Amino acid sequence: MSGARLELAGVGKNFRGLRAVHDVSFDVPAGAIHALIGPNGAGKTTIFNMIAGVYRPDAGQVSLDGRRISGLRPDLVCDEGVGRTFQIVKPFRGLSVLENVTVGALHRRPDLAEARAHADDILGQLGLHDRRSHAAESLTLPDRKRLEVARALATEPKLLLLDEVMAGLRPTEIDVMVAFLRDLNARTGLTILLIEHVMRAVMALAAHVVVVSYGEKIAEGTPAEITRHPAVLDVYLGEQEAE
Amino acid sequence: MRLLRRLTDGVAPRALWGLGVLFVLLLVAPTLLGKYGLSVLILILYFAYVGQAWNILMGFAGQLSLGHALYAGLGGYIAAGLFFHYGIGPWTGVFVAVAAATAAGVVVGYLGFRFSLAGVYFALLTIAFSEFTRIAFDHWGWAGGSGGLFLKVDATSDPLNLRGGPLLFYYVILALAAGAFVLCRALLESRLGRYWLAIREDPEAAQAVGVPVLRCKMIAIAISAAMTALAGVWNAFYYNNLFPETAFAMGRSIEFTLAPIIGGLGTLFGPVVGAVVLTGLGEIFTDLSEAFHVPGIKQIFYGLALLVIVMYRPAGVWPWLAKRFGLEETRR
Repeated sequence: MSGARLELAGVGKNFRGLRAVHDVSFDVPAGAIHALIGPNGAGKTTIFNMIAGVYRPDAGQVSLDGRRISGLRPDLVCDEGVGRTFQIVKPFRGLSVLENVTVGALHRRPDLAEARAHADDILGQLGLHDRRSHAAESLTLPDRKRLEVARALATEPKLLLLDEVMAGLRPTEIDVMVAFLRDLNARTGLTILLIEHVMRAVMALAAHVVVVSYGEKIAEGTPAEITRHPAVLDVYLGEQEAE
Repeated sequence: MRLLRRLTDGVAPRALWGLGVLFVLLLVAPTLLGKYGLSVLILILYFAYVGQAWNILMGFAGQLSLGHALYAGLGGYIAAGLFFHYGIGPWTGVFVAVAAATAAGVVVGYLGFRFSLAGVYFALLTIAFSEFTRIAFDHWGWAGGSGGLFLKVDATSDPLNLRGGPLLFYYVILALAAGAFVLCRALLESRLGRYWLAIREDPEAAQAVGVPVLRCKMIAIAISAAMTALAGVWNAFYYNNLFPETAFAMGRSIEFTLAPIIGGLGTLFGPVVGAVVLTGLGEIFTDLSEAFHVPGIKQIFYGLALLVIVMYRPAGVWPWLAKRFGLEETRR
């Protein structure tokens, strides 16, 4: 398992005339961890959905290692090596935790026993092992977030899209998740793109941050650069009046 | 051997023993039961089988069909028509019957699933198709129109043409029910089966982990329709008559759904347990209404009993039984 390079070139999406995303371009090099931030409603999840195949972009294209993936169905995007989590978690509620992750693992391991063993291994890595036989609907929110990550990882992606997996976690839990993702990235070279509001996690993980507002990219750079960028300060803190 | 291990993996030994004993009992049942007992058992197996078929689409893949009479009716009419008009025996005719019903299932499924009709909207589509077909058969001379199609009732035993007494039909439906049970277990323990469960729980999340949702749903309706058509063929030759008003009736479609719902949706034993409970209740209330000379009492009590079961055991009777008697699978 190794990472793939993600490229967005002039991607745009309208919903019945409402411009949700306009002309967004950025790259995530293979093996990098990047973050996508911006105020609520800025279009971050729409961008994710265009990468993952839920929406077809009206303009521009998305490619993975130079292969165009925009316009493919979500299951085919998964084939190409993209794993994603959902901001509003979507566990298979009636199935056990292990079965949830097994469904993901079956993607590249058609044999059920093999897929189950692989799923078990991933649950161990995410600290969900003792809850493997619980029904997914009985999990607490932090555990459901972990389950989302586990299920996406089970498909053995080359690019992992994480949509606010830290939201609702306590600071210590955030540190655990950050350490896990950093270790995973170092071990496997998996490319990660995360949407995140928890700055503690963004700062600790991302080498590079893309900021969107009202559907447009307004800045990108290292976390340090971003926190000083005037356009970003405008968006987050409101325009500062000159004294 | 490997297949057998896969099928039985995680099942409690006592559950396996129970199944074995049950199967042997069913094999020798005709020698133990009288004519009436056998006819009740035939009904139970018929509803268990057809419930199993419906359960694949609803219980496993989560798609509500309220028009399964379409597949049973088509299957029955085609096999009976071929035999009636051309003397083509049902063991040959069944292939045509199953192919036609599967094709119908594929059409209904494609229209519904391609355009992402879900829940009640898909159910409405299935009802519509079964109603169209009922009206078409009402006016189709080859199939006897609204006057019905009748097979000659003769006492001669001719298993090669599925002609014979209750014993023959008993063993055929037993083979179908047992086969369906094993098939469903094998399906559930396969990638396809797990994909169905994932689609039932959350199609969007399923697709995100690489499940080809449309294809999996199409396979589910094709298998379900094909199995239901077999039940239709059996039914046509068992009762020797077919009317559009009953073969394609909404009531028949509902009948198919009751055993799995009462027994436990999405479970292997649900349709079987449900068929036992429903047929048993039906017989008891029929006897009661005869004993008290109150016509219609059967329907009222039957309906009340269903209400009570659904209220107190909303997940079905089987999950509750399994828990009580420690027959759940251990692995999960």
